[in-house]
Amino acid sequence: MTGADTSAGAGALLLRIDAVEKRFGGFTAVDKLSLDIKAGEFFALLGPSGCGKTTLLRMLAGFEAPDAGRILLDGEDIAAVLPHQRPVNMMFQNYALFPHLSVANNIAFGLRREGLPRKEIKARVAEMVALVRLEGLEKRKPDQLSGGQQQRVALARALARRPRLLLLDEPMAALDKKLRESTQLELMALQKRLGTSFVIVTHDQQEAMTVADRIGVMNAGRLEQVATPRRLYEAPATRWVAEFVGDVNMLEGRVERRDGGRLIVATTAAGEVTVAAPSQPSAADEICIAIRPEKIRLSLRGPVDSAAQAGALNRLNGTVTDIGYLGGSTSYKVKLDSGALLTATMANIAKLDVDAYHVGQHVVAWFSPDDCVVLER
Amino acid sequence: MSGRPIFTRPARLAAIAPYLWMALFFLVPFGFVIKIALSQTAVAQPPYIPVFDLTAGWAALKASFAALAAENFRLIASDDLYLSSYLRSLGVAAVSTSLLLIIGYPIAYAMARLPRGWQPVAMMLVIIPFWTSFLIRIYAWINILQHDGLLNQMLLTLHFVSKPVVWLSTDTAMYIGIVYSYLPFMVLPLYATLAKLPASLTEAAADLGASPLRAFWSVTFPLSLPGIGAGVLLCFIPIVGEFVIPDLLAGSDSLMIGQTLWLEFFTNRDWPVASAIAVVLLALLLIPLLIYERVQRRQLEGRR
Repeated sequence: MTGADTSAGAGALLLRIDAVEKRFGGFTAVDKLSLDIKAGEFFALLGPSGCGKTTLLRMLAGFEAPDAGRILLDGEDIAAVLPHQRPVNMMFQNYALFPHLSVANNIAFGLRREGLPRKEIKARVAEMVALVRLEGLEKRKPDQLSGGQQQRVALARALARRPRLLLLDEPMAALDKKLRESTQLELMALQKRLGTSFVIVTHDQQEAMTVADRIGVMNAGRLEQVATPRRLYEAPATRWVAEFVGDVNMLEGRVERRDGGRLIVATTAAGEVTVAAPSQPSAADEICIAIRPEKIRLSLRGPVDSAAQAGALNRLNGTVTDIGYLGGSTSYKVKLDSGALLTATMANIAKLDVDAYHVGQHVVAWFSPDDCVVLER
Repeated sequence: MSGRPIFTRPARLAAIAPYLWMALFFLVPFGFVIKIALSQTAVAQPPYIPVFDLTAGWAALKASFAALAAENFRLIASDDLYLSSYLRSLGVAAVSTSLLLIIGYPIAYAMARLPRGWQPVAMMLVIIPFWTSFLIRIYAWINILQHDGLLNQMLLTLHFVSKPVVWLSTDTAMYIGIVYSYLPFMVLPLYATLAKLPASLTEAAADLGASPLRAFWSVTFPLSLPGIGAGVLLCFIPIVGEFVIPDLLAGSDSLMIGQTLWLEFFTNRDWPVASAIAVVLLALLLIPLLIYERVQRRQLEGRR
């Protein structure tokens, strides 16, 4: 995962999406959405299928015209510019390679349309072929290539015109897991090297977190949150984001009282829980608390409090009901005595950790108030 | 590859079914036609000699074989009547097929671009004329094209012409009839090819800077060539041998080979010459078929 909170190469504003709307019949695919993308940024649009992320991408490419709003590229409104006149290129989900053209001619297609001299086209094609490491395959037709090779041709073809902005529509959906992971890293390296802004559409949060400087999480045509991968995971802005990105335990309750920087919350299913007060206190008393499974620890008797954190930890008693061994970690389902079902994930640091608990065992689940995120219901 | 055969026994039997069919319903009758083509006309029943009589014994059969001669082919080659008929047939087929392609391609293209739900409706509209007898439809055209027919009435009413135009018994009428009759054979294979092309290909072309026209010529058109090939063959070959449409709609000053064949067969009662014409026609039509097959095979090989 990209650790840093500052986006790499935070350059000038490249693209401004301003209150863009798109409806299909009675269905609103993109709903007054605004977003800024900086030059040199790797931005991911993440969301479930049907959330409007592909429609938004197609509006950036020019295949759909927005019903309202503006799309400013370098300050110029391109909402009405036809796709073939935009300095934007797209890599299609199924690659859309021209089956009757060789690899070299696929890559040269866009260059020919620019009317570049033959010599320059040849040089640029060679450069692109080297960039995506397809040397020796120039004369092949797309259906003589493997899926991974086709993907590279599509990338080279989209980059050949040196676009200001490259759009990628689920570029790795067709690759198997191993290849996908190595391709993600290559894509990141390539993007950093070229300095081109990339906007990738994906439904795979792992992929978005790996490659992107910033992620925009879309739901029902709107952006729920735009943040770095780390903020998105550790500080989700809404309950929907918390539940969509990663696994989460959600406890509903109401604020009982405030104690300095802490809130004491009476949860419906887990009794009283102490949480860190959010930096921007919300007016609502009806809240829910999000805790990531790896933030919850299990032990047989509960931790020994140090003097500093005396009484500060949440300790909930329960019984292990299910154990999922995942190799690097183990996921435990714990049924609390108060009724709630929690998931706790613990890393298997030592071999013995695996056999630490068994189903039916009484345990204490404990977590720090600082690891809780308070969200509106 | 494992050593296991691809076809199990019943599957292999099924694979020879089309060959059996071809042998029984094409090769054997064609053998008869060749035999008649090599015979001589005679006032008899059947109207040619020699007649093979399997009951007459070996010697008689051998004599019959010896009596076969290529005389009729020599006649066809020497008489301008036949040559001009062949040439006119090829010319008419070439012109008609070009017209069909020019008219059929936009129709098929538009059909393939219709919303998914409307495409079957459009296809029905193309096929529906087939539900009426072909002959009736041609007679209907006679009605439309004749001296006081629908077309002339309309032109006169709209004052496009001051006196009736002669349509019937002209090449124009024949071309109208042929294009009308064969249009579905051009449209359907083209539509099948165009409908299969993913929309993302033209989008990709546009994305890479191709104007809609450029995208069509660089992507859509080359990828529709197999459909063009199929449509052209499906139209060209039967049009070369067309008899009914030129007989009913065209003038009688120049004949297509189908009409010449009909004349030899029914008016002259010269079965051998008619058969020889048919054999030469088949040989002529095999040429475009072989070319098409070779091109297709090369495409398949290029893909491997």
